[in-house]
Amino acid sequence: MNIRGAKKILVRVRVNGEAREAEVEPRTLLVEFLREHLNLSGTHVGCDTSYCGACTVILNGRTVKSCTLFAPMADGGEITTVEGLAKDGKLHPIQEAFAECHGLQCGYCTPGILLSALQLLKKYPKPTDEQIRKGIAGNTCRCTGYQNIFKSIRMAAAEMEKR
Amino acid sequence: MYAAPFSYHRAASLQEAVKLLQGLGEEARVIAGGQSLIPLMKMRMARPAALIDINFIQGLSEIQTPKGELHFGALVRHADLEHSAAGVNVPLLHDCAAGIADVQVRNQGTIGGSLAEADPSGDWGTALLALDTTVVCFGPGGQRNVPLEEFIKDAYTTVLAHDEIVTGVHVKVPPKGSGGAHLAFKRSAPVYPTASASVQLTLEDRNVCKEARIVLGCVGLKAIRAKEAEAALRGKTLDEKNVRAAVEAARAAADPQNDMRGSADYKRVLVGTLVKRAIGIAARRARGEWVAAGHEYTGR
Repeated sequence: MNIRGAKKILVRVRVNGEAREAEVEPRTLLVEFLREHLNLSGTHVGCDTSYCGACTVILNGRTVKSCTLFAPMADGGEITTVEGLAKDGKLHPIQEAFAECHGLQCGYCTPGILLSALQLLKKYPKPTDEQIRKGIAGNTCRCTGYQNIFKSIRMAAAEMEKR
Repeated sequence: MYAAPFSYHRAASLQEAVKLLQGLGEEARVIAGGQSLIPLMKMRMARPAALIDINFIQGLSEIQTPKGELHFGALVRHADLEHSAAGVNVPLLHDCAAGIADVQVRNQGTIGGSLAEADPSGDWGTALLALDTTVVCFGPGGQRNVPLEEFIKDAYTTVLAHDEIVTGVHVKVPPKGSGGAHLAFKRSAPVYPTASASVQLTLEDRNVCKEARIVLGCVGLKAIRAKEAEAALRGKTLDEKNVRAAVEAARAAADPQNDMRGSADYKRVLVGTLVKRAIGIAARRARGEWVAAGHEYTGR
């Protein structure tokens, strides 16, 4: 069948508040769309098997694993990536807390964890340890042992409450 | 990883989706949340020539509560159900919805897609079999309602015709005096369970089992109704001896396979333990107690 090698699809999204678009093969994953077509390489590919969460972005207000969505499925969507966290050269309180508490070592998983933390804190501004555990269960970190990630999220929660 | 190439078609309505399925032939697949299908396509275990995206169809994401029933649109995401009143009223549904994989997967994966995919390790096929569940299917001939027992035929195989789509899932609200639980054990949050058990009980006089449903997951080519285990409880007191008999019958009904999640022997022991715990929690809930339950995994 000649529908293989399929025709390209125009995908239009708003990323970090900015309208962006590109024509891509339908099999293009959302993470590849962001990295290769929109040159936003902050979102990382870790396991590429829906496990590790390094590719986590926020799509229409909810975190998703961008390695497990085809780009056309996100058409018309509102996306936040790690590049959208800092505003006017100033780090987001979650980023500041991760820096302060050593919530990262190699940093590879961090973009995804920051976005999972953001969604968690929107839902539970004062999260319990169990809510934090459940909230970041879809994000794997092989360096920190998670203790400092917990500290960072608790600190970010306290800081965001003050503001 | 790249999936094999496919053509992409976005359906604006159910009618259009069915027409596309008819026109594109047997190599076309419907995609909803994609949380099972996309990994299979990336590993090239599935190679559909065409995908029909139903995510843009309006009106499939609602949870409705007509008298005595719960109606879930096919595009209700696991997270929608996790945070809904339906999960509060029927705790077994919350156990299942809140424990599937992780936040990101629950935000995207759908209840309709989980049933249509019929993965033997999927949670909904097990949990919903413990309740009276009907799958609403739509095709060229219109709508038909199929009981869940009949809907899933085998691993990855349903009664859906090639040009039919799941549009919703209807669940009967269990009667007063009922309680249920869906328990699963998994090695870490994002993975499928090693084994799972769903139990729904109706009690009389606090400790006599009037009605029982016991379903085993991940230990067969589809979810298994352990009918002998149910019979071991029906009409009986929920005492240690009768519960032990039900657990033994459930273990005997399991048909697990050796795989990377564990040996068949291990899974048979595990599923019995889950049944035992689920009976205990279901009974406490039937008596009106609030009990937290769901998926267990390391680091939880």
